[in-house]
Amino acid sequence: MSFPLLTATAALPAIGAIATAAVPAARRTAAKWLALLVSLATLALAVVVLVRFDPDGDRYQLTESHSWIKDFGVRYELGVDGIAVALIALTALLIPFVILAGWHDADPLETHSSRWRPTQGFFALILAVEAMVIISFEATDVFLFYIFFEAMLIPLYFLIGGFGDRAHAGSDEHAAAQRSYAAVKFLLYNLVGGLIMLAAVIGLYVVAGNFSLQEIAEARANGSLDMATNTERWLFLGFFFAFAVKAPLWPLHTWLPNAMGEATAPVAVLITAVVDKVGTFAMLRFCLGLFPEASKWATPAILVLATISIIYGALLAVGQRDIKRLVAYASISHFGFIIMGIFAMTSQGQSGATLYMVNHGISTAALMLVAGFLISRRGSRLIADYGGVQKVAPVLAGTFLIGSLATLSLPGLAPFVSEFLVLVGTFSRYPAIGIIATFGIVLAALYTLVLYQRTMTGPVRPEVSAMPDLRVRELAVIAPLIALLIFLGVYPKPLTDIVNPAVKQTMSDVQKKDPQPEVEAVK
Amino acid sequence: MSATAVHSLWTTAADPIQKIDAPNIEYGQLSPTLIVIGAAVIGILVEAFVPRRSRYYAQIFVSVVALVAAFAAVVALAAGGYGTTKAGIAAMGAVAVDGPALFLQGTILLAGLLGVFTFAERRLDPVAHGNRVDSFAAQASSVPGSDSEKAAVKAGFTTTEVFPLLLFVIGGMLVFPAANDLLTLFIALEVFSLPLYLLCAVARRKRIMSQEAAVKYFLLGAFASAFTLFGIALLYGYAGSVSYATLAQVVDGTIETVNPALVGTMGNDALLLIGAAMIVMGLLFKVGAVPFHMWTPDVYQGAPTPVTGFMASATKVAAFGALLRLLYVVLPGLRWDWRPVMMGVAVVTMLGGAIVAITQTDIKRLLAYSSIAHAGFILAGVIATTPDGVSSVLFYLAAYSFVTIGAFSVVTLVRDAGGEATHLSKWAGLGRRSPLVAAVFAVFLLAFAGIPLTSGFAGKFAVFKAAAEGGAGALVVVGVISSAIAAFFYIRVIVLMFFSEPRPEGPTVAVPSPLTMTAIAVGVAVTLVLGVAPQYFLDLAGQAGVFVR
Repeated sequence: MSFPLLTATAALPAIGAIATAAVPAARRTAAKWLALLVSLATLALAVVVLVRFDPDGDRYQLTESHSWIKDFGVRYELGVDGIAVALIALTALLIPFVILAGWHDADPLETHSSRWRPTQGFFALILAVEAMVIISFEATDVFLFYIFFEAMLIPLYFLIGGFGDRAHAGSDEHAAAQRSYAAVKFLLYNLVGGLIMLAAVIGLYVVAGNFSLQEIAEARANGSLDMATNTERWLFLGFFFAFAVKAPLWPLHTWLPNAMGEATAPVAVLITAVVDKVGTFAMLRFCLGLFPEASKWATPAILVLATISIIYGALLAVGQRDIKRLVAYASISHFGFIIMGIFAMTSQGQSGATLYMVNHGISTAALMLVAGFLISRRGSRLIADYGGVQKVAPVLAGTFLIGSLATLSLPGLAPFVSEFLVLVGTFSRYPAIGIIATFGIVLAALYTLVLYQRTMTGPVRPEVSAMPDLRVRELAVIAPLIALLIFLGVYPKPLTDIVNPAVKQTMSDVQKKDPQPEVEAVK
Repeated sequence: MSATAVHSLWTTAADPIQKIDAPNIEYGQLSPTLIVIGAAVIGILVEAFVPRRSRYYAQIFVSVVALVAAFAAVVALAAGGYGTTKAGIAAMGAVAVDGPALFLQGTILLAGLLGVFTFAERRLDPVAHGNRVDSFAAQASSVPGSDSEKAAVKAGFTTTEVFPLLLFVIGGMLVFPAANDLLTLFIALEVFSLPLYLLCAVARRKRIMSQEAAVKYFLLGAFASAFTLFGIALLYGYAGSVSYATLAQVVDGTIETVNPALVGTMGNDALLLIGAAMIVMGLLFKVGAVPFHMWTPDVYQGAPTPVTGFMASATKVAAFGALLRLLYVVLPGLRWDWRPVMMGVAVVTMLGGAIVAITQTDIKRLLAYSSIAHAGFILAGVIATTPDGVSSVLFYLAAYSFVTIGAFSVVTLVRDAGGEATHLSKWAGLGRRSPLVAAVFAVFLLAFAGIPLTSGFAGKFAVFKAAAEGGAGALVVVGVISSAIAAFFYIRVIVLMFFSEPRPEGPTVAVPSPLTMTAIAVGVAVTLVLGVAPQYFLDLAGQAGVFVR
């Protein structure tokens, strides 16, 4: 038996989480270093996965399969395709930055009792989320996926509710109430989505008799499993609902601004850059893979919702007064692009959507983490409280600008490639939708540049006049992310090489051909 | 005239004396019940003859030995094949020894063992007059607040009678799911109900409330028993027998001979329907299904918490066992009649329990309503009418009992000056002050909410899957909706514990003895093991899923 690489990649952060939680209360710094080391080791394993993965090989590689709960027809089945590999790499890449950026976010206050160990808890929970996200990218058994899809809500819930942003406008009690509200809203939205998916999962079992993605897809392809049209549509809707809550798609998005606003910046990055990707990833893998006919049936409605997300998210971002909520609404707009790319049912659209998932992860992480550094200096999330920062802290302002430009998809930075692909892919099949969505980019320029202008330029506000520039730790977080944004913007080939074969496979699942001869836009 | 002839003048020859066959009792197969009942009798003798200061230890010894021995007997019977191939009917048709019976008996015995541990806990209450005290009144017969009560407390009396009472309860519960005729069913019902009413009344703190709870439970329980008994009479009138096997055949129509004494009633479908409905009502009362649930919150709140924990788990196990046997063995021929009704009951139970729980402010009442919602989920498995339905219900019951006992044991730890601090507002910030206790309770709450990787999820998935396969897909949809509603209030407690600031005058967490610690640790361990690796236990429940007829 070969070394279970995929299991190890998910198990390492899980074990690290337990070890971090067990560090004694007084050894806070040790817990931080332990968490950082574990996340770096996980990154190393993810790189091994990336290297061992052969883009032109089988569809699912590095597979593992063991019997788990025979009575439910559940197997412990792992396997990765190009899309999953890219997202595992993204997850493993971002977590060390999240940990480093949140280095002091969970230091205990003096009022806490000595038995309360927030630091250990904070980093253990981050690693637990990483483990669960990675295994849900790897699972090729629907039930296995579902379990971790649901279970990851619990550590996230504690991360949002237990470790709020200390830069809060109101009193402590008000902040605690807001935070608790955001955490509960997050959990209830996602739990309801998950429970509706549970009904669909059970329904799938009744129809198919097992949970294996490959077996069901094969049985459907060779006709031995015949789903009634209505059954397939209901099951599709059950799955899609859960993923659309997680992604989040308008009108199920309202938990995200609360959660991102109240959580600390690193946790906000964890949610939007990593966890929400599970939702869009699952649309590709499970909705399209298991229910191709129903996916095609639902495409028009989903495209309309995605377009609304793009425009609505961008419009609300323009109107925000709170930096973190602005980034949250911008993310909603971007998730609209991702979902649009997936359901445009063209290979450019889906390649673009997959690249978008990775690039959005990196660009949002860059912008949000710099914003977090900024907010922690001034102690306020309101845009109006800033002004002229670039004169006081030029490096901070510069990195913030690059993060903003990446968010508006400036050519030369990574998100441009993916956004372009998504729009081209959509336009070739649905021109009207493509044109409307393009306005999202215009609005993106508005909200990011206005944000930059109001906070960084203009006369120096007295409150920010003594603002220190980025420290070494902060630079170590931000510099690699920016380097990646530029590298992938100029030379996206390594990523597209991994992703494109997997996208072709997904396209063949839904038996869709591109409306015109494939244009190799990026190669 | 010969002597014989003379004799015949004033006597007449009787028929030869009819030989009464000694009933054939399979003592080996009945040993779990016999051991427990025997130990209960010994417990009574201990009360009578052993000096007061040694009674506590003697009672614990007798109870633990008896329950362990009975559990060993159950395991031996199961290993000997009595759950599968050798399943049969013992004690002249009165008791079934089969898979479901043995599985449920094992569950009840383990729950009972943990119950004994929590009953015996003496470290939580502050020391009174130099004596460590448990959760039970010093002298149950003394009027609350009277001088005799004070004298009893001062003298260090304790109600060690709770242990034999508990053993009687367990004895009755062992028979209840195994009862194979209606009279045995009724006797078992009374054997476990009456001591349970008493146990509810003997709380040390808040005695009036405890006694009120017991009276409510007794009155409503007596009412339900009367329903059951009336139903039994009607069914006898319909079938001319109380034995499950005969009843089932009459319901199916395979027996059509009419008992001449019952010629006016036999085969009258009205009697069958009304009688069956009344018996089922009695059982639904015991499981706490809506609309027969009214007693649950008051009794759960008023009873001493160790009793509540035991009652909440074991009563459900026993009563669902009896309900399953009745519906699957006696009334399968009637399933097109009872399935729609039970579906209605399941729907209102799931939704009713979950919705009303949202407004609760007392942790014990909250858990009571949550137990109602769970009864609804279990009913979804009952309705499946498939072998999978039986095994999923068995699995759910086992998973649920350990979570429940664990959760109520944690409730006993959180205390202030007035005893247990059960009002939810007092639990604010518990996670800051006692992270471990709060984390353990959070695990139980997540299991109740059915979050994956806990036993609650495995159980919920099993019953919903069985229900969907049994053609009750709508029930699954209602089930997930009420799970979502229920999740809200479980989460609310977690929010309160972890995200609220602790109150300065808040309760303290008592450090329990190893007894309660064992109960809680077993609860957590079972919750996690059944959540992560449920296969072995699902197999066990699957093998145990066939009733003997």
